[in-house]
Amino acid sequence: MSDLNTQAVERYRNNFLKEVEENVEEGHWVKMCMQCGVCSGSCPFGPHWEHPPQEIFMMIRAGKRDEVLASDSMWMCTSCYNCIVRCPRKLPITHIMHGLANYAHRLGIAPKGQPTREFAKLFWDNMMKKGRVNEMKLTIGHYFRNGIGAGIKEAMAMKDVGLGMLKAKRLNPMELAGGHGLKDLKGFHAMVAKAKEIEDRKKGFVK
Amino acid sequence: MAKKEYAFYPGCSSQLKASASNYLVSVNSMCEKLDIKMTEIPDWNCCGASVGYGEGGELPRLAISARNFALAEQHLPGQDVVATCAACWLASRETIERLDASAELMKETNEALAAAGLTYRGQVQARHMVEVLIDDLGYEELAKPVSNPLEGLKIAGYVGCQTNRPFGIAGESFENPMYLDKLVETLGAESLPKYEQKVTCCGGALAFSEPDKSQKQIRDIVESAYDHGADLIVTPCPLCQANVEVYQSEINKKQGTKFAMPVTYYSQLMTVAYGGTHKEAGLDGHIIAPGKLEEIAAKGGKK
Ligand code: SF4
Ligand code: SF4
Repeated sequence: MSDLNTQAVERYRNNFLKEVEENVEEGHWVKMCMQCGVCSGSCPFGPHWEHPPQEIFMMIRAGKRDEVLASDSMWMCTSCYNCIVRCPRKLPITHIMHGLANYAHRLGIAPKGQPTREFAKLFWDNMMKKGRVNEMKLTIGHYFRNGIGAGIKEAMAMKDVGLGMLKAKRLNPMELAGGHGLKDLKGFHAMVAKAKEIEDRKKGFVK
Repeated sequence: MAKKEYAFYPGCSSQLKASASNYLVSVNSMCEKLDIKMTEIPDWNCCGASVGYGEGGELPRLAISARNFALAEQHLPGQDVVATCAACWLASRETIERLDASAELMKETNEALAAAGLTYRGQVQARHMVEVLIDDLGYEELAKPVSNPLEGLKIAGYVGCQTNRPFGIAGESFENPMYLDKLVETLGAESLPKYEQKVTCCGGALAFSEPDKSQKQIRDIVESAYDHGADLIVTPCPLCQANVEVYQSEINKKQGTKFAMPVTYYSQLMTVAYGGTHKEAGLDGHIIAPGKLEEIAAKGGKK
């Protein structure tokens, strides 16, 4: 796990900007930021960002690798796209935040137990099983992510919501047994594996 | 022959017995009344949604969207791909944009698709259902089938994020899009164009992982609808719909509010205004029943 991180540190030495440009989705845009701060005022969870987007861009240029990648901040992005439509330099800020989060996650240095990080992984894994998301399993998986005791407590706290959804036929317990899936699941899996292989090779994620 | 034909990408949340299954029911009814033919893309897959990035990375995400396009090109050539879910539409649009801009990504995406025996030629347009209604049909056409106008209903048009930014509906502003208000008026109801929270984020997928932070957003969205005297909220996005409707009981419990603001889809309003029944409009799929809309449906809908 962390050997991927060590490899990356060795390869880029002190050039974190270059590392971001080469390995982070849309990272080549970072140098275009003119530090106006408009994006930072746009995030719905603004007060909860330890380092708002503008600051993240500044820190990347200042080579603050560990502070950026271990930060909880990018995981606060709700994908609202407020920033993108306002940025005078047209940076795809949303995607850079997603890219940084994904990169830190892949290197194994994103904050442990970060709820959105965990939910994102659960979501992707759930989708990969059948090619479509099974909302029932996703919901249960989410509430039981911290083990059965915590899960029961959390699920009980949310039971009115869950029961309401069941009554409105919008969560289906039968999905647990099977649920919607692709006919060509094999092809889908082969395709995603291939895409991952290409991306890993490009980003130097080869063990 | 139907007036218009499209390759339909319903998305995971709209499947039978999923969280937005009533959206699908009402979209089908609405399309029937408007003589729009929607053919489901055979064997479509999930778009990865807005949290797919965490584990998925870039190329796997592009590949999964491109798979849907390849299937559409193959089975429904020449038809635009139409999504009803904001996140599906956004992921699709982004993929097209990214692949159009980079021959390298296009090549790699096709390398991945080849593993599933597919090719994407880059000919697909991805559109949201609302775009089809407004751009391809237009308000005048949408007004024609109205047989049961939604008189006396005050409706807050909650556009949310992803059908509005970064692409949005042509000709609309990001800060104050008017299309839901115009649609509401077209159906004979009263719009509330001053509703301030129309483009506020509901928390999106983070409503699950960061419930408290998201519920603060949702509270603002609902409260402002009450302040403007709304009978219900209408939205074009299944995630907005689910978040804003289902968490009201949580907010009530934690913060002592007494929220019970119904949240419906535009397609439900249209189905009712076009004389559809309670069932055809998917009104049975709510946790907070849209009472006044149900009354109107009972008047006009042939049982
Ligand atoms: S809005 Fe754009 S230019 Fe301004 S700080 Fe943010 S990313 Fe930089
Ligand atoms: S998309 Fe993300 S980074 Fe941009 S304003 Fe919204 S929360 Fe902030």
